[in-house]
Amino acid sequence: MTAIAWGRKLAIAAGLPAVLVGIWWLATAGSTSVYWPPLSTVLETFAPTWLEGRLTSDVLPSLLRLAAGYALALALGTALGTVIGSWPTVRALTEPALEFFRAIPPPVLVPIFILFAGIGDGMKILVIMVGSVWPILLNTVEGVRSIDEVLRDTARCYRFRRRTRLVQLVLRGASPRIVTGARQALSIAIILMVISEMFAATNGLGFSIVQFQRSFAIPQMWSGIILLGLIGVALSLIFRACEARVLAWYQGQRAAQR
Amino acid sequence: MSVATATRTPQAGARRRVPDSVLGLAGLAGVAVLFELVPRVGLVDERYLPPASVTATALAELVSDAAFWQALTSTLLGWALGLAIATVAGVVLGIVIGSVPALRAATNSTIEFLRPIPSVALIPLAVLLFGADLRSTLILVVYASFWQVLVQVLYGVADVDPVARDTARSYRFSALSQVRTVIWPTALPYVMTGFRLAAAVALILEITGELIIGSPGLGNAIATAQSSGAVATMYALVVVTGLLGVGVNVLVRRTERRVLRWHPSVRREVAA
Repeated sequence: MTAIAWGRKLAIAAGLPAVLVGIWWLATAGSTSVYWPPLSTVLETFAPTWLEGRLTSDVLPSLLRLAAGYALALALGTALGTVIGSWPTVRALTEPALEFFRAIPPPVLVPIFILFAGIGDGMKILVIMVGSVWPILLNTVEGVRSIDEVLRDTARCYRFRRRTRLVQLVLRGASPRIVTGARQALSIAIILMVISEMFAATNGLGFSIVQFQRSFAIPQMWSGIILLGLIGVALSLIFRACEARVLAWYQGQRAAQR
Repeated sequence: MSVATATRTPQAGARRRVPDSVLGLAGLAGVAVLFELVPRVGLVDERYLPPASVTATALAELVSDAAFWQALTSTLLGWALGLAIATVAGVVLGIVIGSVPALRAATNSTIEFLRPIPSVALIPLAVLLFGADLRSTLILVVYASFWQVLVQVLYGVADVDPVARDTARSYRFSALSQVRTVIWPTALPYVMTGFRLAAAVALILEITGELIIGSPGLGNAIATAQSSGAVATMYALVVVTGLLGVGVNVLVRRTERRVLRWHPSVRREVAA
């Protein structure tokens, strides 16, 4: 019985993707068009293109830069957000300025940071950090600000130590909003990882894909697009797993309230 | 509230008397002063970060330049067109998929898979197909903002009160009037949330496309300014994109409030 239920679930989940990939496969099967190579060719080029050499020379550097920039953005955004959110005066003072900086489309940071930091790893990490810090920062501010007054007063009455109050009350209370910000920041960070490499770089995923496109290595380019898509999907799955862990208490609470 | 204020210490009371808007303006002025002083003092090379006054002069020159207005118009046009296509497609598909349970179940995994694919991955393909054309950027904008709308609409349709839906069905409302009278009013707040998210994403992708692909617009102007060493002009253009972003946010928020003014509750925003 359960096996049948599982089978049905799998069929529902995998049905449409299988059909779509099948259509792609059939539609391009005999394709002689330069731009739409047969899917079989694309898949054949996938392994030799990415797994032999480029994995360590292009894919890994890209992902490391992404991780470094994103981690810095998380740390900086949460820290600054907590400070700004805790003092109404600081918040009023900085809010319009922050709204302005947040509204600048992050990709325009690339040409700016090239001036300061050249086209090396530093520039890219900086771009990813500065570009993705805003959603985290502003959501942390909101989260810290909207912590329940009663909880706040309770923590004060019980004379929680500063550290305890920060970790148990402020950061934990703000964590649903921080996670929301972090999710938006992740997709911006991925965009910036690719963009900074497409604009100017000597290695990386974005760089390789653009090289393939410019040298008309079309199946390789397609395999790069597929790889980028897979990375995007994988990162969002990892994010969801982390979210479920960090916010387990919150989701439990919400389910109980219903 | 007034009691609490009255019992506060005099300093605290005095501090609160400064209105937030004044503090905000002071903050903005502080940022401007900071950007003036940091290069002037020599903390950062003036060639990399011109003082705020120099950037302001460059901005004034831009405003009297016809090419700048042309770039701004192309950016706005591309943004609006992409956003409009994405919104219409997202709403229509969202309502169709959302109101048929079988369709919703069958498409769920596909949507979850396609959504996180970064739209910038499509850049090389778009360049091959259309070159440095408006259409290349349009693809990016539509792809990125479509998912924002679609997912929100799906949430909205799922939120429809089952009793209202069954009632409409019992009275044999036609499919169209079910959509109009039952689904649409429930989904509208979600549609607006999706629209707001999509508007911001669309602007980011519009500028990105111009910057990387080279289709006409502010992003392209920034790339040109950077490669020709017109640093102050580049910063002025970046400021313009920031102002544009603020303008888009304000406009969308106002539209949202206007469209939803009949809505009984101030709905807590669905985090997406």
